[in-house]
Amino acid sequence: MSAVPSLERLSTASSGNALELRGVSRLFGALAALSDVTLSVRPGERRAVLGSNGAGKTTLFNCVTGDFSPSSGVIRFFGEDVTAFPPHERIRRGLRRTYQISSLFAGLTVIDNVYLACRGVSRNRFSLRRPSRDDTLQHAAESLVDAVHLTAVKDRLVGELAYGQQRQLEIALALSGAPRFILFDEPAAGLSPTERQDLVRILTSLPTHIGYIIIEHDMDVALRVVESVTMMHNGRIFKEGRPDEIESDPEVQELYLGGGHG
Amino acid sequence: MALAEPRLAIATPRPREGLAEVIARQGTAFWIVAALLLVMPLIANPFWLVQILAYAMILGMIALSLMFLAGYGGIVSLIQMTVAAFAAYLVAIFGDSAITQISLKWPWWTAVPVAILLATLFGTLGGALSVRTEGIYTIMITLAIGSAFYYLTLQNYTIFNGFSGFNGVLPPVFLGVDWGSTVPFYYLALGCAALAYAVVVYVSRAPFGLALQGTRDNPRRMAALGFDVVAHRIAAYAFASVIAAFAGVLLVWYQRQVSPGTGGVGPVVDILIIAVVGGLSRPIGPFIGALVYVLLRTFALDLLEGVGFEGKRYQLLIGLGFLVIVLFSPDGLIGIWQRLRDRYRRGRETQAAQMRVGGGSP
Repeated sequence: MSAVPSLERLSTASSGNALELRGVSRLFGALAALSDVTLSVRPGERRAVLGSNGAGKTTLFNCVTGDFSPSSGVIRFFGEDVTAFPPHERIRRGLRRTYQISSLFAGLTVIDNVYLACRGVSRNRFSLRRPSRDDTLQHAAESLVDAVHLTAVKDRLVGELAYGQQRQLEIALALSGAPRFILFDEPAAGLSPTERQDLVRILTSLPTHIGYIIIEHDMDVALRVVESVTMMHNGRIFKEGRPDEIESDPEVQELYLGGGHG
Repeated sequence: MALAEPRLAIATPRPREGLAEVIARQGTAFWIVAALLLVMPLIANPFWLVQILAYAMILGMIALSLMFLAGYGGIVSLIQMTVAAFAAYLVAIFGDSAITQISLKWPWWTAVPVAILLATLFGTLGGALSVRTEGIYTIMITLAIGSAFYYLTLQNYTIFNGFSGFNGVLPPVFLGVDWGSTVPFYYLALGCAALAYAVVVYVSRAPFGLALQGTRDNPRRMAALGFDVVAHRIAAYAFASVIAAFAGVLLVWYQRQVSPGTGGVGPVVDILIIAVVGGLSRPIGPFIGALVYVLLRTFALDLLEGVGFEGKRYQLLIGLGFLVIVLFSPDGLIGIWQRLRDRYRRGRETQAAQMRVGGGSP
């Protein structure tokens, strides 16, 4: 490697952001799902991304995780330029995400799902040897299952779980290894009011060094678990601020509550 | 995909366990089959030992390598027979054969490991070429590689000796045993098949096998968990190729010759048929499929002539059998077996429940 990337890394590391997007755009044919998005999130910061359907929120997540590469722009994760990295390289650097529609391994058990998540961010992914009972990753998986209250069903196949339990498992997968920053894509979707309370408790009790961005339509959940809000509209960032500022902003109310803009 | 959707291979949930526990857990059917296979030389004649059982175990191993890729990885690869044929050729080229101007006459303990190594490399490279495609496109690319190999062996005389290939490839004499004679060869095939089976069962629950099943169910999520899906699939090809290469060595010792037809399109498709007919969801499926295939091939001719048809139509019988099984059980013969067993158990349970109800009423 030449000296240039490391110099660049140093200069941006001094800015100290966990996640930094500069002029990120993503086109699908003629449709700009994201246009010129510039965004920075500090380590440990918790932020909500709000906006109507089609505002580009999930596309933003897909660009950050590498599921789609942006048409233009730069993405930095803890100072490192990850724009060209494949998803698994970003995940190994401490980025995590959950999916709007549960994206799990239905044919495997709960514990095996979490075990895979722990294995994915550790060494020996290709190991041909079965783990022993006192394998450290096995213990890590067990305690994650416990943290999301799924111990009772840990040997059940994921396909047989209730919807709310699958959502909890989604979160457990995102917490595996040593996450530094998590993207939650509508974690409360389809949950009952009690399950939403549980979700808020899980999110607020995360270690303070773990920052996250949450996409959430339920304001009661979203505004209670974040310190800053980014509003998106038609693929652009439209407003940023504290939760109370955003809530009382007339323009936001017009767009978000007034309807008609789809 | 053209094939009926098979039931996915699922590693059954169970805690990690020691060898003793694994042995203790096996059902009676396992022990009966194991004991029967071990004492088979006392029961069966040489024809059954070698032409039917040993041959079925060799074909079963090649089909097992396909089952590992297709059942656990969702990868339908047609190069497994080609990998086996390549290993068979290499044994003839590096070792000894009747074609003395080509064969290098290395001792078997050098020729065989080199053959397995190179065949594995070949299978891995083939996998690397086709790994970014899915479903029907994987089938097409792997079939193209297989066909290319077939025509190479047919037309190249300096290395592959063209149309006639190699004959006089004999199994070695080692530890005072002639491994080409009936009973030792039977046990050699049995040992290799049992080992391959056990390794596949074991690896399916190891991190590598679990992650492979993850890439089958949800590759995008696997990447989002930190797995390099492409590298994992290539490694699966490498693993499957080792099994196919071992089987290829046994195959050339069994046939005592190897020619372009060994890796032709016919045998390539036969392996797919064996794996699908047996069932792709469990490692035992390919062996059951191989046994049925060998029995049909051997006896269909007599059977047809017995009922007054022309014996040459035996392929028709195989084709019809394939059609019926795929039509009625997407999970092959083990699917039928499982359904029958479930029905039997359910029947007994309802019977027991009825008896309880009957006994409980005043």
